[in-house]
Amino acid sequence: MNQLWKILRKYWWQILLLLGGMFVQVWASLQLPDMMAEIVNKGIVGGDQNFIWQQGWMMIVVTLIGGVGMIVSGFFAARVGAGFARDTREAIFSKVLCFSIAEVDKFSTASLITRTTNDVNQVQQTLVMLLRMGTRAPIMGVGAIIRALATAPNMAWIIALSVGVLAAVMVVLVVIVMPKFKIFQSLTDRLNKVTRENLTGIRVVRAFNNEKIEEQKFQRANQDLSKVYLFINRAMVVMFPVVSLILNFTTLLVIWVGAHSIDSGAIEIGNLMAFMQYAVQVMMSFMFLIMTFVIAPRAVVSLRRISEILSSNESIKQPDQPQKPDAKVRGVVKFDTVSFRYHGAEKPVLSDISFETKPGQTTAIIGSTGSGKSTIVNLIPRFYDVTSGSVTLDGVDVRNYTKEDLRSKIGLVPQKGVLFSGTVESNVALGMPEGATSAKANKALVEKAVRIAQATEFVEKMDGGFEARIAQGGDNVSGGQKQRLSIARAIAREPEIFIFDDSFSALDFKTDLKLRHALKEVTGNAAVLVVAQRIGTIKNAEQILVLNEGKIAGKGTHYELLKKCKVYREIAESQFSESEMKAEMKIAEKRTGKAEK
Amino acid sequence: MSEKTDDKSKRNSAPKNGPMAGMIGEKPKDFKKSVGKLIRSLAPHKIAIIATLILAVASTAFSIVSPKILGEMTNQIVKDLMAKQMGFIAEFDYASLARTALMLISLYILATICNYLSGWILARVTQRVMLNYRRDISQKINRLPISYFDKHQYGDTLSRVTNDVDTIAQTLSQSLADAVASVAMIVGILIMMFTISWQMTLIALAVLPISAGLVGVITKRTQKHFKNQQDELGELNGHIEEIYAGQTVIKAFSGEPKVEKKFSGINRQLYGSSWKSQFFSGLMFPIMNFVSNLGYVASAVLGGWLAINGKISIGDIQAFIQYVSQFNQPIVEVAQIATVLQSTVAAAERVFEFLEEPEEDDTGTAELGAVKGAVEFLDVSFSYEPDRPVINSFSASIKPGQKVAIVGPTGAGKTTIVNLLMRFYDPSSGKILIDGVDTRTLPRSAVRHQFGMVLQNTWLFDGSIMANLIYGKTGASEDDVKKAAKSAHVSHFVESLPHGFGTQIDGDAEIVSAGEKQLLTIARAMVADAPMMILDEATSSVDTRTEGLIQEAMERLTKGRTSFIIAHRLSTIRDADLILVMKNGNIVEQGSHSELMKKGGFYEELYNSQFAED
Repeated sequence: MNQLWKILRKYWWQILLLLGGMFVQVWASLQLPDMMAEIVNKGIVGGDQNFIWQQGWMMIVVTLIGGVGMIVSGFFAARVGAGFARDTREAIFSKVLCFSIAEVDKFSTASLITRTTNDVNQVQQTLVMLLRMGTRAPIMGVGAIIRALATAPNMAWIIALSVGVLAAVMVVLVVIVMPKFKIFQSLTDRLNKVTRENLTGIRVVRAFNNEKIEEQKFQRANQDLSKVYLFINRAMVVMFPVVSLILNFTTLLVIWVGAHSIDSGAIEIGNLMAFMQYAVQVMMSFMFLIMTFVIAPRAVVSLRRISEILSSNESIKQPDQPQKPDAKVRGVVKFDTVSFRYHGAEKPVLSDISFETKPGQTTAIIGSTGSGKSTIVNLIPRFYDVTSGSVTLDGVDVRNYTKEDLRSKIGLVPQKGVLFSGTVESNVALGMPEGATSAKANKALVEKAVRIAQATEFVEKMDGGFEARIAQGGDNVSGGQKQRLSIARAIAREPEIFIFDDSFSALDFKTDLKLRHALKEVTGNAAVLVVAQRIGTIKNAEQILVLNEGKIAGKGTHYELLKKCKVYREIAESQFSESEMKAEMKIAEKRTGKAEK
Repeated sequence: MSEKTDDKSKRNSAPKNGPMAGMIGEKPKDFKKSVGKLIRSLAPHKIAIIATLILAVASTAFSIVSPKILGEMTNQIVKDLMAKQMGFIAEFDYASLARTALMLISLYILATICNYLSGWILARVTQRVMLNYRRDISQKINRLPISYFDKHQYGDTLSRVTNDVDTIAQTLSQSLADAVASVAMIVGILIMMFTISWQMTLIALAVLPISAGLVGVITKRTQKHFKNQQDELGELNGHIEEIYAGQTVIKAFSGEPKVEKKFSGINRQLYGSSWKSQFFSGLMFPIMNFVSNLGYVASAVLGGWLAINGKISIGDIQAFIQYVSQFNQPIVEVAQIATVLQSTVAAAERVFEFLEEPEEDDTGTAELGAVKGAVEFLDVSFSYEPDRPVINSFSASIKPGQKVAIVGPTGAGKTTIVNLLMRFYDPSSGKILIDGVDTRTLPRSAVRHQFGMVLQNTWLFDGSIMANLIYGKTGASEDDVKKAAKSAHVSHFVESLPHGFGTQIDGDAEIVSAGEKQLLTIARAMVADAPMMILDEATSSVDTRTEGLIQEAMERLTKGRTSFIIAHRLSTIRDADLILVMKNGNIVEQGSHSELMKKGGFYEELYNSQFAED
């Protein structure tokens, strides 16, 4: 909450002005009944026509002042609310960008999105309401009570009584209905879920002719929901009639008791009328106050979710004294007895991993799902930090680089092609430093990257070519096209090391093949690290690491591994046919045999 | 902003997008027609609705007369006071005061009862209406052709079930009675005011055009800012969504500064439109308040003047002031009802639109005996869109028990065959025959009964594993299910779960891995025990061991059954009796592996490229 408090504190003077406007406005509202009472007492009962006119003008002036006060407070309430929302969103967004993947995983992407959008909106709405109603109600209530006491102290108990009854009714209602609201929410979620299931599985539902079952499931959820709905609704419709009943009884009581007071000469007739209005104002303020109490907690949940983000510590920190590598070494990633364990996990994902990539050579990592392949990839750009051991790039520990320096050396192609809204060019040029080279050189680089990634053909067919719009999330291009553009993005970065995290799966065989040939042109002296599922795609790598349950089960070339590594052989057997396997094994025998001689 | 992915539509179903999103009314396409439909759909509840309205009007009437009576009490007090000062009486006439008070009390209670009753009945009506709309929509979902769902986002349908129905219910339960009561109140108050003093009424009404004009100006300005705010909020949300989803890429490419710059730009714009819309819409209240205070002052002054001249009593002034202060509320409400009504009709329109979508025709009545599994495609042509034919007079004959492999590069339209076989879509010309019977002469359910299906999308629902497996065949015994589970290699892992077959599968919890899910869907197809099978082999994210199990289970599943396999494994392809090669949506070649290799066409190219040395 601390950070949010800091944001709000910036607006202290605006809040002060808001309160000022509020006081003026409340003062004006409370002034009117009193002035009215004087019209009755002095003007009508006293028969003074001039006084009535005079008082009338005064009242208009007071009304005007009150209106100005209200506009001033409304202006600042809106500014503070929107400003607070803007600053909070900004704070969350930059915080999230600093998060390591570990923190992103902790919150989940979907939750981070809701926290930045819906939760902030919720807080803004509540804040504005609090600033307007939440400040007005107590000021008004206290002011009206003071006035009421001044007007007819002997009738104050009526106000106390009415507020008491009103409070009791409201509390009972809240206690009964609030828990049902929670149930209502969860039942709505269930209805949503059931419908969503039916929609996402529509083919399966029909294939098994289970439409009736789905309808029954839905109807059950539907009925449960509507039962709670009825209850809540019927409880809520009590509120308005009962509250107005209490208000009416209050005014009646005021007149009745007031009659006696007038009879005994304690108050005048005008005071009775003023008191009646004060009493109503007190009760209205009280109602508003209760309403803020009911509505405000909704924002507390959002507030907590926001401050969870703002107060969480980044686990990946910039080094105090960043180092630069020796200019001579390029493209050498070295894992030295690396172990990695997720925070709080029992078993390590990786243990005792050591290997080294060489410039101009391809290192492939293969293994089943959950064997830790992607984790290895994530350790290089410091999405996570190792638990023990070290990862060095060009001789410098990755933890000693600034994040920018480190990542500028890496061209990562993730498993799923990820694009952002913008143009083809803005996507490919994402990793190119702004303003470092001329626009023309930039453009040439982008075009070259796109060509190598085998994307020129479809890019040129798109409306606008390199300037063609890419929709949010790249939804207007196919999976394979996304993949090729994200490969182009990595190429345009001119990195020292390419990392392909199972990046060829969305491509068909032919494109895949062409792309591999073309890539040779740029990878040249860069090191290439490929994570793969299919042996066919990595057969020719200079070095293959076989990963099994987080440990290296074998290291070598395709044929070496076929011969000596059991895990590798199993993978091969599941992917090759029997005859292919036989042929491969034969080659393996021959080649490695030769090597031994 | 179009809702593309499933995940996004989840958020779309949240009721509001931003502060006071409801302020901008959506406009219905055909207001009159939709209102007509809405009213007709409420017809079964007409008695209840009319009763509600009568009660609401009655309650309003009772509460309207009360200030006048209250004023009479004040008058009596004034009269008694005068009389006492003159020395005519020693004490006020409390008995007569009490009589008036008693009358008021009964009026108040009557008003409360009527008011509550009206709400009570309306709550029931609303509940029924919601229940029925939702039931109709859910039944409709299962009667629409699959093509509808291939063209529309889930979020779209989902939001009709929840948001749109909610909007209708909201209006019905609140705005409807409120509107009627408000109109009654305006009329009633006007009458009461006129009976007290026409001069004062005219003065009080004189301020109305001022407030109406001001409100109009403000609303117009506000709407513009709200629209901006909504647009900018949408843009910002979109930006946040894609950046968060693509975080690793942003980080890997050090794109943070670029991204933050864009964010700040939109965020700053949003700030502007946000405070403006808040402020201008917030102006409404002070202005109405100011105008009503003006009316208050005017009635006080004029009333005082009239009272001195003996034309009006103090009690009447008091009553009049109460009326003036009550007059604003119903006017605001009536003004708002237009917007509310508009968005309600738009919501209703969406619901009706969905309910009126053309349904899947299902006129076949022919019957199939025990199916052997011969499938014949006779000159089948098909297109998803009228002018873009996908399959052109395709013919093939598959004997019972044969294996058909469907191959082709990604995006070649391999699922089209599945769509046609299952009658998710119907061919535009030609026939598909099962055991010599044209499938179009059969009820769709009868066709689907002949196939077990395992798709790449491993759809399982929230429920126990047992319930998910039995889903394959309603009425299958637990023993059958367990047997099927065993041959699909799932019983081992299921039994190792804490509650065995009773274990609940929850969409988000990762109790079962992707591979295990695939196995479960195979087991489900085994439970179905249909004479023919449709399988999708794609198992990209599965480890080797599970992959082996899946392969084995699939082999068992297809044994002795006519099967159609979207093939990714070379072994499957080579063993197939018939290979359908697809490219750009078309079936370009067909034949056995050796035939196709000999032919040296697209298939050969495809086959070789997978294992070519580079």
